[in-house]
Amino acid sequence: MGAWFSENGLLVGLAALDGLSYAAAVFMVAVGLNLVFGVLRVLNIAHGSLYAIGGYSAASLGLFLSSRGLPEFLAYPALVVAAALVGALLGPPIERLLLRRMQDHEPVLQLLVTFALFMILEDLQKLLWGVQPVVSDAPVRLLGTVDIPFGADVIPFNAYQLYVLPGIALATLVGLAWFLRKTLAGRMIVAVTTDREAARAMGIDAAKVTLLTFTAGAALAALGGALASPTVSLVPGVGAQTIVLSFAVVATAGLGQIEGAAIAALLIGLGRSFAVYLEPELEVVIPYVIMLAVLLVRPQGLFGVAETRRI
Amino acid sequence: MTRTQELLLALLGAVLLLALAWAVPWLRFVLTVALAKSLAVFGILLLLRAGQVSFGHALYLALAAYTAAFTAMLIPEALILLPVAAIASALVGLVVGLFVVRYREIFFGMLNLALSMVFYSLLEKFYSITHGTDGMRLPPLRFAGIPLEGEFQGWVLLILAVVLALGFGALVRIYLASPMGQALAGIKTRETRLEFLGVPARRVLLAAYVLAALMAGCGGAVLAMTTRLVTPALAYWTASGELVFIAILGGAGSVFGPVIGAVAFELTRVYAAALVADAWQLILGSVLLLVILFAPGGLWGMGKALLSRRKIA
Repeated sequence: MGAWFSENGLLVGLAALDGLSYAAAVFMVAVGLNLVFGVLRVLNIAHGSLYAIGGYSAASLGLFLSSRGLPEFLAYPALVVAAALVGALLGPPIERLLLRRMQDHEPVLQLLVTFALFMILEDLQKLLWGVQPVVSDAPVRLLGTVDIPFGADVIPFNAYQLYVLPGIALATLVGLAWFLRKTLAGRMIVAVTTDREAARAMGIDAAKVTLLTFTAGAALAALGGALASPTVSLVPGVGAQTIVLSFAVVATAGLGQIEGAAIAALLIGLGRSFAVYLEPELEVVIPYVIMLAVLLVRPQGLFGVAETRRI
Repeated sequence: MTRTQELLLALLGAVLLLALAWAVPWLRFVLTVALAKSLAVFGILLLLRAGQVSFGHALYLALAAYTAAFTAMLIPEALILLPVAAIASALVGLVVGLFVVRYREIFFGMLNLALSMVFYSLLEKFYSITHGTDGMRLPPLRFAGIPLEGEFQGWVLLILAVVLALGFGALVRIYLASPMGQALAGIKTRETRLEFLGVPARRVLLAAYVLAALMAGCGGAVLAMTTRLVTPALAYWTASGELVFIAILGGAGSVFGPVIGAVAFELTRVYAAALVADAWQLILGSVLLLVILFAPGGLWGMGKALLSRRKIA
């Protein structure tokens, strides 16, 4: 073990750092998916497309700003602005025009509506941004790298992935937990999630809550994509990849769990990046193996609450 | 619709498909692929009856396709490949089924999805065995000892697919009407009551799951023999999504649905891809949206409504 560690120690450190930043982006998507599932009772398959579109929009906006000769630090607000725009432009019409109409339909049909939406958004994204990789790494470049002491060695790691990504994810986690538990609007969302009928009987406008939650969820997915965009090159298919990964996070955590989603995202993010560095063949398999292992032992997920059987 | 009417309609449909393939030769390939997929969709139909959606059913299609590809290197005989691939799928379906039938709804769907994605990444990553995303080519095949080539190959595989679709269509129709099929529907309405009646719900679902895997296995074998190339993309989750798509497009209420849906799906895909190369998904997705919003019974439901309206008038 000692000999192995001295040989692979650096890789382990790098994998941990990489896993952390990866987990941060996955968490942003998964938590939005979870919120939306809570109020709508639909796992939105198109959620991954929102992540991809958020990423592409942020990259485009960043490239546009720098092509205009504007100061480069504007790339940071551009990330957030792009995400907010995607959420605000795509969220409300999807909820209003599609999902709301489907509310009384069978769950299978509701799920399939989001699959249809996924197919449409996937091609729209290809039509808008083409199939060539899009790269806009200004936000990463500007912050430079940090040397992290690791035993006798130092690991140079870029500051963006070390501070910005996990920082925003953590702020989202804390902010969201506070919002849902302490504010009136947040508690309305929790009420609708727990029991839609009862919430409406109490005078809560469930339709409005659903619309706002869906928009917020869409914006979170887009923000996840926007934040991840400087660290990856965007290619078609990234939405399809992201959605199955966030499904795995949500199922591992248990439906409706916010803090649980953070822990599951960490577990899966770290597991995946350890695989990338140590056993590359297993990279894609690891998240699902973690999910399968968890569901085998706890069918309702790590933190989920088992539903009582109804007769 | 009486049983005789259904039988006549099925035979008429088969003749129509064969006539279409004869009139437009290049459609033979498209129709064979469509029928191969419809075999897997029959399984989706069974599971839908129990209210469960598998978003990983393409696992069995891909598993059988790869089994066929590996077996073909040893014995390139279509009549051996088909049962070998189907049995391999059914066996894996049994093992996986024992595990997944304990879960319902979202979790059932997600577990199936996860397993198909595990299989996908194994196919993709173990390059030395599976040639990764390049896929594997099947060697020239034989049918009952006669080499499968050109025109002959096209017809043999299409007729094989038609016969399988008719056979499994009839089987699913009988199965759904049997006590096993009734119990399957009971899982959707109220599983607890089913258990009170003494019916073991998990075993009912398991039987359907294994049958679904077997049918998808036959579909995968036909698909592999037709395209002669198997790639990991067969097992990707979007391929499973397509199968559910076809089930809803055709109509989940009848055994005619999967075949109608698969043919409509593949034809739309071919024409949409020819029309606008980069937007066939966009077109298919829009078609699916329109069907769900305005004809939740699928194409079959739409046709039936038209027929009954005429009768009243």
